[in-house]
Amino acid sequence: MNDGLALGQTEAFAEIVKLLQPFRKGDAEITLDTDITRDLNIDSLAVMDMIMELEDRFDVSIPLNVVAETKTVRELADAVGQLRTGA
Amino acid sequence: MGLFDRHSALIERYAAARDAGMDPLRVRLERVLSPTEAIVNGQRTLMVGTNNYLGLTFDESCVESAVDALRAEGTGTTGSRTANGSYDQHESLERELAEFYGMDHCMVFSTGFQANLGTIATLVGEGDYLIIDADSHASIYDACKMTAATVIRFRHNDAADLEKRLRRLNGTTGNKLVVVEGIYSMLGDKAPLKAICDVTKSHGAYLLVDEAHSLGVLGEHGRGMVEEAGILDQVDFVVGTFSKTLGAVGGFCVSNHPEFENLRLLTRPYMFTASLPPSIIASVRQALRTVSARPELRARLWHNVDTLYAGLEAAGFRLGSDRSPVVAVHMPDLETTTGVWKALLDAGIYVNLAGAFATPNGVSLLRCSVCAAHTREQLEHVVETLTGIAASIGLLPRPVMAAAG
Repeated sequence: MNDGLALGQTEAFAEIVKLLQPFRKGDAEITLDTDITRDLNIDSLAVMDMIMELEDRFDVSIPLNVVAETKTVRELADAVGQLRTGA
Repeated sequence: MGLFDRHSALIERYAAARDAGMDPLRVRLERVLSPTEAIVNGQRTLMVGTNNYLGLTFDESCVESAVDALRAEGTGTTGSRTANGSYDQHESLERELAEFYGMDHCMVFSTGFQANLGTIATLVGEGDYLIIDADSHASIYDACKMTAATVIRFRHNDAADLEKRLRRLNGTTGNKLVVVEGIYSMLGDKAPLKAICDVTKSHGAYLLVDEAHSLGVLGEHGRGMVEEAGILDQVDFVVGTFSKTLGAVGGFCVSNHPEFENLRLLTRPYMFTASLPPSIIASVRQALRTVSARPELRARLWHNVDTLYAGLEAAGFRLGSDRSPVVAVHMPDLETTTGVWKALLDAGIYVNLAGAFATPNGVSLLRCSVCAAHTREQLEHVVETLTGIAASIGLLPRPVMAAAG
């Protein structure tokens, strides 16, 4: 599951998968390569709510400009990981 | 891929509503009769979605001022103030608005949208932080796209969430600008501005408040939420519009910041657009004088808010959380909302249809706005008609014909 992920990202990935469960299309698993808006039944408002939950969980603020550039679960996990380590 | 393919979901939804004979984008006011009535589809229609809070659009003194300026100074300025110069009227209005707020500086913009866009995008740039309420108006979100600052959203009206986000920025060097609205335009809820101001100031951030829907409406002198919350001496920037309470079009920003005038050199939505025509400026100046001289209009507005809000609440509707001149009625989904909206229009009542893309969390609303010029009978008629329509389609638990309180 955590191919090439640093520890912070792994934790973020697990949390993102949990938060995205209600939006799965059929039985498709959520993976690092899941495209959040294309592969899931989720609209942009629900994405923002999910991100706020994630921010609370990891005590970070993900800037809107970063959110706009984030397409896949991997990119979101990376963003959270980097914010946590201040990278 | 076609130019509009990426918007196909929205376009199809609109087409479905239009095909069902319900086209919210093509409401035509064939004749405007007064601040509260117009002819729509050949029918005399009660207007309850105009943002014309004090009913000044037909105020005789405002109209006369505009007509005099039109005859004396012509139809338009034909250019920007940067290129063509300022008329005496522009500078007088800026001075009067600054005095109204007790501030040192004011800049007038050609629309309220541009006032937000221009000031916010200019005040913060690369290395800075822009922290906005999640329910912010489209003009604020568009300002976010125009600035190189890092943009962070906090939970709507949640000072504790703002505090968390400011705390996370401790130790960073950039300027921090917090942006909120006095009254939020869709649900009519008011910002907990004192708490937001305290948190903002304790973290050394600047505060900008957009008073588009609260100018002339809130505060003892009509200065808005900043006056009601008692933070006029602490707020850094107040942005507002001339297109609601003041009955015309245009926007402004006032401030005590000593270097405020630099914005005239830097703000492109101010520099590269034509300035407001003298007739508009003249009617706005007179409307501002009227806000100060006739506090009874504000009292009448709030009396009317009570009539509509209490009446709809008693009838069993779920409304926006705060009593304000924006009275939002929650509806279960966009299709139902559109149907009720059309039934109201057929019954001679116009309100705003608001759904996904315009509302927080995509909720579906019938958005009413109250005017000081509405009569009690008119507002009771709105409650009665909406209650009847809602009951007939099973939206209310039982057909209550409640009199407004």
